[in-house]
Amino acid sequence: MYVYQDYDQRLLDERVAQFRDQTRRYLDGKLREEEFRPLRLQNGLYIQRYAPMLRIAVPYGMLDSKQLRMLAHVCRTWDKGYCHVSTRQNIQFNWPDLQDVPDILAALASVQMHGIQTSGNCIRNTTTDEFAGVNPKEIADPRPWCELIRQWSTFNPEFAYLPRKFKIAVNAVPDEDPALIGVHDIGVQIVKADNGDIGFQVWAGGGLGRTPMTGEIIGEFVAREDLLSYLEAVLRVYNKYGIRDNKYKARIKIIVKAMGREKFRELTEREFAELKGGPMTLTEAEMARMIASFPAPAYAALTDMPAALQQALASDKAFNRWYHTNTRAHKQAGYRAVTLSLKKTGRVPGDITDNELEVVADLADHYSFGEVRNTHQQNMVLADVRQDQLFEVWQALDKLGLATPNLKLLTDIVACPGGDYCSLANAKSIPIAEAIQRRFDDLDYLHDIGELDINISGCMNACGHHHIGHIGILGVDKKGREYYQITLGGRGDKISRIGDKMGPSFESDEVADVIEKIVNLYVEKRHDDELFIDTYERIGIEPFKESVYGSAD
Amino acid sequence: MAQLIKDGALTDNHWVRVTPEDDGIPAHGDIIVSLACWQEQKEALKNRAGKVAVCLEPGQEPVEIAADLADLPMVAINFPVFADGRGYSYARELRTRYGYQGEIRAVGDVLQDQLFYMWRCGFNAFDIRADRDATEALKGLNDFTVTYQGDARDPRPIYRRSSV
Repeated sequence: MYVYQDYDQRLLDERVAQFRDQTRRYLDGKLREEEFRPLRLQNGLYIQRYAPMLRIAVPYGMLDSKQLRMLAHVCRTWDKGYCHVSTRQNIQFNWPDLQDVPDILAALASVQMHGIQTSGNCIRNTTTDEFAGVNPKEIADPRPWCELIRQWSTFNPEFAYLPRKFKIAVNAVPDEDPALIGVHDIGVQIVKADNGDIGFQVWAGGGLGRTPMTGEIIGEFVAREDLLSYLEAVLRVYNKYGIRDNKYKARIKIIVKAMGREKFRELTEREFAELKGGPMTLTEAEMARMIASFPAPAYAALTDMPAALQQALASDKAFNRWYHTNTRAHKQAGYRAVTLSLKKTGRVPGDITDNELEVVADLADHYSFGEVRNTHQQNMVLADVRQDQLFEVWQALDKLGLATPNLKLLTDIVACPGGDYCSLANAKSIPIAEAIQRRFDDLDYLHDIGELDINISGCMNACGHHHIGHIGILGVDKKGREYYQITLGGRGDKISRIGDKMGPSFESDEVADVIEKIVNLYVEKRHDDELFIDTYERIGIEPFKESVYGSAD
Repeated sequence: MAQLIKDGALTDNHWVRVTPEDDGIPAHGDIIVSLACWQEQKEALKNRAGKVAVCLEPGQEPVEIAADLADLPMVAINFPVFADGRGYSYARELRTRYGYQGEIRAVGDVLQDQLFYMWRCGFNAFDIRADRDATEALKGLNDFTVTYQGDARDPRPIYRRSSV
């Protein structure tokens, strides 16, 4: 992981002092609500339905065990004993008191954590593949580039008051999109030129929310040293020309669409020409320093499929199932990456308690070089577990209820906090997730159905990424009652694709029935080895509509 | 009480903002006029006794006055609301693209908590909103001692500075 230098820590401490002063001035009546609002948002602090919500940045999802223990401490001391993993790989606290927030931020700063730019109209936390650095398919580790983007975007003076929020993701895997770059304001795809040089293909104008769309390629090949100059160029164009009088049209996607890709590219190139070769150009020393900040851990020389693993796989059926569902291939022989499921039925998707955080921290220290990652599907990852220790890890996770073998399956539901917490929500998300999980409680059937992403958002803002769920569920308000709109065929797996609306919305107690009908039709129509999304793409939406709404005639 | 911060200190403000709807341009004194007023009456304004500055509104980019910068000792940039961040890009452009050396003054909804960013983008004068204590606001210029990026004052990002 990137190790903070003195100046990184000093900056963080100065931010804590600044926000303490801002909070004091607000509570003293010297800052008006509308003046304090953007300041607290840029520190991750929302005023919510029942209490403030504090969002803590987890840069590109990476945490160490010391940070997990501090999160546990915050849960216990200032919250109700749990926190929430968000779809931006961040951590959210649901119950802090406003006057405690400066103390919480001071505590977090002692382990290099903060809420900087986790909300507000600024550049947000940069996200990437949760298997960065261990994914055998990646072209290069994306994290050094994410960290460079983090530093460039942190308190960037020109881009603190953008028209709207701005999200950047970096993907290093060819032909797959684990970082969802297609639906980000800027997506950075690491590519390799014919001569072996690493560079970046830059996408712009993707995004979910009210007007979901996938981005377009505006930079075919940006050289390594020009990455920040190119991003700066895009942001300059957006800051000047983004729409500011209508927040529903303020994301970059709207101007990319309105002016067209070519015009947007031309404006970007004009800014880029001024920056290219200038002082922003990354130095060889800086790129080397960042790459060296993410060294491979001290792996042991091992081979795949050791006897201990083979034995455990042969003798324990439940372990075997978990192994195949929740662990995945690793760059290093003899290791696997393990995903902890935060999606056991009855658990709020993505929630984790103080005690669990501490046990996970211990497991990370014992089995995975002290590191943990958050995933955008609201789970956690131990990225470097020895195969001969997988059985022990599984036993420990099973005891905690974090070994549900449902990764990427129907019950691995992504859901925003919804109307139970969020003041923006039109409808609840959590009870809908639970109703679906209860309906599909047979593990064998779940595995027979296979990979199927269900995403639930409580409102248009799409924190639950419903547009890219194979089945997406969106809470809407109809005359004060909660209804749910279903979309089918969205993708956030190999590629990003926006789902198709199925038709009229449903009441909350109908949703599980509707999902069951959709799944039944898939099971009936599927060809051998076809996943839900494959069948959907082959037969289209009509048969699904018919199964849910009845025949049109 | 002085509301103007210039080059890091409180100072008296001799400049007056005038609008075309007012009863004409005063014969003497230093004035800040709108872009439209400047474009319509440029020659007359240049020849009057007293200095003239142009105030850019959001949507009015520095390119509009690029050819006139030698005649303008000051450019004001208005923030009708502090959350409209276009002015940050305008100030930075005036400094880095056009090499403007004169005063760049933030006017309008100008508050303590934005000063540090504004300063880094090239503003060197801040007309603090009338209902706020400018002495308090002055502290905003010292919120941070560390910056990652280059800016309008020092183009070098942290990785090009030797003394960190």
